[in-house]
Amino acid sequence: MDRQQNRKENLAALPLVVPFVLVYLALFIYPSLQMLAISFTDGALTKTGEWVGLENYGKLFRDRNFRAALLNTLYLVALTVVPGTLIALGLALVVKRLRGYWQAIALSVFFVPYILPVSTATSIAWLLTNTANGPLGGLVQSANGTVIPVWRSASWFMPAVAVLTIWWTVGFSVLIFLAGLRAIPTELYEAAQIDGASRWVEFRKLTWPLIWPITVLVLTIQLILQIRVFDQVYLMAAQAPNRSSTVLVHYIYSVAFQRNQAGYASTVAVALFVVGASVVVLQYQLLRLRRAK
Amino acid sequence: MNAVWLKRLDVGGMAVSVATLVLIVVWAFPIFWALLSTAAPAGATGGFFRTYGYVLFETDLGRWYLNSLVTSGGVTAIVLAISSACGYAISQIEFTGRKLLWIVILGSFMIPVQALIVNHFFLIYQWGLLNTWLGVILPQLIAPIAVIVYKQFFDGIPKEYGEAAFLDGAKHWQIFLKIYLPMNWGVTLTLAIIVFIGAWNAFLWPFLAVTKPELMNVTVSTAQLSSNGISGVAAAIMAGLPVTIMYLLFQRRVTDAVTMSAGGNDEQRYN
Repeated sequence: MDRQQNRKENLAALPLVVPFVLVYLALFIYPSLQMLAISFTDGALTKTGEWVGLENYGKLFRDRNFRAALLNTLYLVALTVVPGTLIALGLALVVKRLRGYWQAIALSVFFVPYILPVSTATSIAWLLTNTANGPLGGLVQSANGTVIPVWRSASWFMPAVAVLTIWWTVGFSVLIFLAGLRAIPTELYEAAQIDGASRWVEFRKLTWPLIWPITVLVLTIQLILQIRVFDQVYLMAAQAPNRSSTVLVHYIYSVAFQRNQAGYASTVAVALFVVGASVVVLQYQLLRLRRAK
Repeated sequence: MNAVWLKRLDVGGMAVSVATLVLIVVWAFPIFWALLSTAAPAGATGGFFRTYGYVLFETDLGRWYLNSLVTSGGVTAIVLAISSACGYAISQIEFTGRKLLWIVILGSFMIPVQALIVNHFFLIYQWGLLNTWLGVILPQLIAPIAVIVYKQFFDGIPKEYGEAAFLDGAKHWQIFLKIYLPMNWGVTLTLAIIVFIGAWNAFLWPFLAVTKPELMNVTVSTAQLSSNGISGVAAAIMAGLPVTIMYLLFQRRVTDAVTMSAGGNDEQRYN
């Protein structure tokens, strides 16, 4: 009886589930397994390679370009995740304080950049930071007053990308914070005002602890997204020194498509998988630890 | 006396208001400057009509728009069709392997798809689909957010609706198409907007899958024009125009969708 019921359910689910499962098998599971398999070969883009065992992995640990790409990625993560989240919280507080039209306008101003494709964002960045006549072109100067072109400078490239990234994507986090702030009961603020709490005390004792779970959520999403960053970094890196501008996904791209070493590129991709997954696992464990307390 | 006057003036409040204004100006400035520079560029080459006329008539913009429209529309339609059906099944039917499927979907959320570019390239190359619309569409179909949101919404519908129809002899696929899906058109529209904008703005895969300029998406082609001075910037603005208009038309839905996608992310962390 039970088995028969189960069979009926399976038959009913089949037509609904099969298209999705096929797409996932062909375009997610299979490529993932293939990535792992190819990472042990010396294959090229259009030619299957020979099995080389752990050679690619040994190479990964000695590869200074890989190390640079990993460090660049982590550097950009450090420059964008925490600062971006704090700025988003600030902007959300600012938006929430406004009323009516002003609130709608402010929210749109902070959110519209996020809707734009990367080419629009990077074109605007080129235009603004152009050292000939861009309004922000002369912002970064050396001690003796010479203008430093940020996109060509090893030390300024990543901070500049971080500024661009925060400007471009902050709207997403602002929205999530805003939803969180709106969920805080207004009675709490009224009570605080009756007690004569100052703005700072109100923020410190009320808003900050209540918004903390949302802050953790935003930090996690940003972390997951920034580890796989590519588009704006790649597009702005046209004139930058490779060593200081290449991030992990960019490195996979150049090893595979410019050096034609698909096998080794897959090894780098496995490393990206591992970094990405370990961040999630680590974050999950921290969350469990906190809840266990 | 002085203190009362100060309190009425609310110095702190005014400081926050000034800061607000400064922030708004700072955030709006780049787009404002870009619009201004392309509409009235300094020097002899100027003029709104000259710049945008060039972009509209001297480049392949129409063709690039078409490519973006077809591929983003295709991604949206297929993702919503397969995800809504699958979301219904996971939510309403006790089939074998349901748990496993759910874990795979949540897992695919955390894993960087960007790591798969090499293997996606192999696949699309083997299928002979490089430089085609379908080749641009296929790898973008991995969009777990849609199925997660659908499952959540179907979970929230009272069981009685389905059970009543079930007793009348309706099949699951009929209940899905005739009852559950129509109850959620709002969700479908919201997801459609966010998936479409995501596909329109996608860069990495469309950039790899297409090498012929006439088959490029507008985001990819205009990214390569940005060294073309002011007309390159104007082209990039045109690339962002459709999604901006979409946002301005459907503001509420877009912001809801974004919050929802974060909620989906939340779900996968706590389950």
